[in-house]
Amino acid sequence: MFERIKQMVIKEFIQVLRDKRMKAIVFITPIIQLMLFGYAVTTDVNNITTAFYDLDKTFESRELARRLESSGYFNIAYFPESPREIQPLVDRGKVLCAIQINNGFSKDLKKGISTEVQVIVDGTDSNTATVAMDYASRIIMKYAKDIGSNTPTSSPGINLNTRAWYNPDLRSRNYNVPGVIAIVIMLICLLLTSMAVVREREIGTMEQLMVTPLRPIELMLGKTIPFAMIGFFDVFLVTLVAVFWFDIPIKSSLQIMPLATAIYLLSVLGIGLFISTISRTQQQALMATFLFFIPAVLLSGFMFPIENMPKIIQYGTYINPLRYFLVITRGIFLKGNGIEILWPQMTALLILGIVVMTLSSLRFRKRIG
Amino acid sequence: MMRSSIAVKVRGLTKRFGDFVAVDNIDLSIKKGEIFGFLGPNGAGKSTTIKMLCGLLLPTGGTGTVGGFDIMKQSEEIKKNIGYMSQKFSLYDDLTVEENIHFFSGIYGVTNSRKKERLGWVLEMAGLQDKRKAVTKTLPGGFKQRLALGCAILHEPPIVFLDEPTSGVDPISRRNFWNLINEMSKAEITIFVTTHYMDEADYCNRLALIYRGKVIAEGTPNELKQKYMTRYVLEVEVDKVVEAMEVMYKNGIETAIFGSLLHATVDNMEKAIPRIKNLLEESNIPLNRIERIVPSLEDVFVALIEVS
Repeated sequence: MFERIKQMVIKEFIQVLRDKRMKAIVFITPIIQLMLFGYAVTTDVNNITTAFYDLDKTFESRELARRLESSGYFNIAYFPESPREIQPLVDRGKVLCAIQINNGFSKDLKKGISTEVQVIVDGTDSNTATVAMDYASRIIMKYAKDIGSNTPTSSPGINLNTRAWYNPDLRSRNYNVPGVIAIVIMLICLLLTSMAVVREREIGTMEQLMVTPLRPIELMLGKTIPFAMIGFFDVFLVTLVAVFWFDIPIKSSLQIMPLATAIYLLSVLGIGLFISTISRTQQQALMATFLFFIPAVLLSGFMFPIENMPKIIQYGTYINPLRYFLVITRGIFLKGNGIEILWPQMTALLILGIVVMTLSSLRFRKRIG
Repeated sequence: MMRSSIAVKVRGLTKRFGDFVAVDNIDLSIKKGEIFGFLGPNGAGKSTTIKMLCGLLLPTGGTGTVGGFDIMKQSEEIKKNIGYMSQKFSLYDDLTVEENIHFFSGIYGVTNSRKKERLGWVLEMAGLQDKRKAVTKTLPGGFKQRLALGCAILHEPPIVFLDEPTSGVDPISRRNFWNLINEMSKAEITIFVTTHYMDEADYCNRLALIYRGKVIAEGTPNELKQKYMTRYVLEVEVDKVVEAMEVMYKNGIETAIFGSLLHATVDNMEKAIPRIKNLLEESNIPLNRIERIVPSLEDVFVALIEVS
């Protein structure tokens, strides 16, 4: 039994490492994903192109413009001369934000009368608009406070002091990269497992294997062990790049990472096997993999919080292994969580894994037997 | 196994797929060391039968043993004692010759002490000694075929099933392949082979013809020719083959085209020859040659199918 499984594993490794496309999937995909989510996909809002419509034209109004720019969030690219010029700038997407300072701004400030600043944002991208508004109001409030403290009539107020734990700079990279680990190994293990089984069926070697003493359970292990090993390797590879290239902090000792990965792979490989039982060709396997993978990512909390989803969909996410593993990787990397905090996720993942694996292997045995 | 000289024996073997009866109540008995040919057109039930005997498909009905093991209950034991090779030459194309052999010896549980010897044996048998590091997909069909056979019998099984082993292979490779099969048979290995090349049937010790799921004839090649061909076969050589066939067909003479020749099956040779000569002359079709021939198995088969 051992010998037969060993031969299967050796063979799978030879096949994966000899096939250029497979090799690319194993080595290049994780790195590309990491680069994408490390550099390109960022929800951080910087360099907001801004139009500054200054009707006041005083030292105070220019000081506000300077503060907006020096914050790094705003990049004042246009100084329109009339309100009519603002409209086309926003329409054509030349600016995301327009700030209007009314005549009498500095006079009112000096008199200690409250004055108004208008901030217009392009709301088509609601996420960026909210963030831009938030930044603008923060800078303006700060300015108001600084000026206020110079005047003796300043009233005692509430001092708001915010702090973001675990990710003090609110770098979206810190949040994304640990998630990429979860996503990449899901994609790779699903693809490799389902394709490897279906390929044998396509070229007819499955039939040949079935007349050998190889048992279905041995075939199944032979088709999952190699890809589990590749999955572990990819976790290691991605972690290395995350830590040494992207400076993603690791707050805990990573000790529970292998255990968590193993539990996670149970579900992933189970789904891969399941896909192999419903696909006749490699193309079908590829399609089925993506039909599962994309909703799994969207409904995992990787990009959109699960709490914001409709209740019924939220219940659906309980059977998504990615949902749990994301909490685990982020917990390990960013929060320094250990098993004493992550055990609910690990338990859920283990139960899910056992159920998925059992169902898939039953179906797998039926299909090939 | 020891007590019996029978390698394969089935009674009433039946396989249904829904309403379709792929194999209908067939009986077979194959002696040890025999080359048993299983003939029939595509879709007749050859592959289904072979799959049931190898434990790939569970029969709907019937009983039987392969190598002394029950086909219904002992498919695991059967798998250890048979070799199986299909028309697809199911090797791993992306593995080298040697890697394929290593893989299958491991799967078949060839002991470590025997592995090296078996590797050498397969390489020699397939003529691949200097191609052991070649990737399998680069090999010509004939080599692939012999390598596939080698891999299927690494564990030296007493019974070997070959499902259309020569399809898609050039004639010289086919001849070499049959020489190999003959040698295996001399070593007391039982060979169960399906083919639709009728000329290959003559290499077999015994044959069964299967048609629409039923065995319609069984015996040695000579028995079949004598028993089922009570009529005569005339070989007719003309330039206008199609026209000649039409003329004879209109006049109630059974004919079949064999390459550039016509085979006419007749009851009375003395009367038929002058009649055909006349018919062709009337239609202005020059006759080059007409003579009686020993019927080939193909003639037998055509005749048998027409009867059923």
